[in-house]
Amino acid sequence: MIQGVSIYEILTVTTLLFFIGIYGFITRKNLISILLSVELILNSVAINFVVINKYLYPDMLQGVYFSVFIIAVAAAETALAISIIINLYRLVTSVEVKATETMKF
Amino acid sequence: MEQIIFYILSLIMVVFAIASVTSRMILRSVVYLLFVLCAIAGFYFLIDYNYLAAIQLTVYAGGIIVLFIFSVLLIHHIESKLDVASLGRRILVGLASLVGAGLTLSVIWAHPFIVAENSARSTEVRDIGLGMLSYGDGGYILPFEVISILLLAAMIGAIIVAKGTRLTIKD
Repeated sequence: MIQGVSIYEILTVTTLLFFIGIYGFITRKNLISILLSVELILNSVAINFVVINKYLYPDMLQGVYFSVFIIAVAAAETALAISIIINLYRLVTSVEVKATETMKF
Repeated sequence: MEQIIFYILSLIMVVFAIASVTSRMILRSVVYLLFVLCAIAGFYFLIDYNYLAAIQLTVYAGGIIVLFIFSVLLIHHIESKLDVASLGRRILVGLASLVGAGLTLSVIWAHPFIVAENSARSTEVRDIGLGMLSYGDGGYILPFEVISILLLAAMIGAIIVAKGTRLTIKD
């Protein structure tokens, strides 16, 4: 644990990050920007796992494992999403949300 | 000292996260996200999980951000500004986010966490590796293998999807 920093302050920061990500997720009109916001949300959740592990159960490592899995899944998700976006750009020459009217591949 | 570093890191995180979701230039927004990810890696260093910090720096700051920058350079015109949502919508979503954050924070601050005191022992990478590859109780060998299959499938799928229709149509 960090000397002099309580768990409440860290959870406050991660909550702020999470809701900033949600704000970006809803207000952005561009697929890549939406993906950026999703990365913010995933990161704040990973920090939460680590912090709760470190502060409440310091003898275990479960939170670390879950954070590693979250990072791996986020990498896979980003690679797939960007490949879909590039393919979509070939089809409709735009990556705006309103231009993607069909899910047909 | 650690307290001051924590406050600086959290300030960097929140400020650059806000800048990342509100900037109208997409490349700048990606670079702001890079700053947020580096601050999170610093936070992992601070909380004494060096392995997670290394993963965060290599996978996120090294891999995903480069992927984002590549796709932005392939797809976008750098100078063109993103169109934003209307002002009313932004205010509405901002208010909703603030209300949600307030609700979550009130629940968090009202909950009495029982913090363990004797946590001076630092975590070694060896423990993480042994736990992740153990068969016994609390071992994580099955999710580890599943995640490797998932990464392989995602890699093949990304190649096939990004190649487009040329793979399927034979001329």
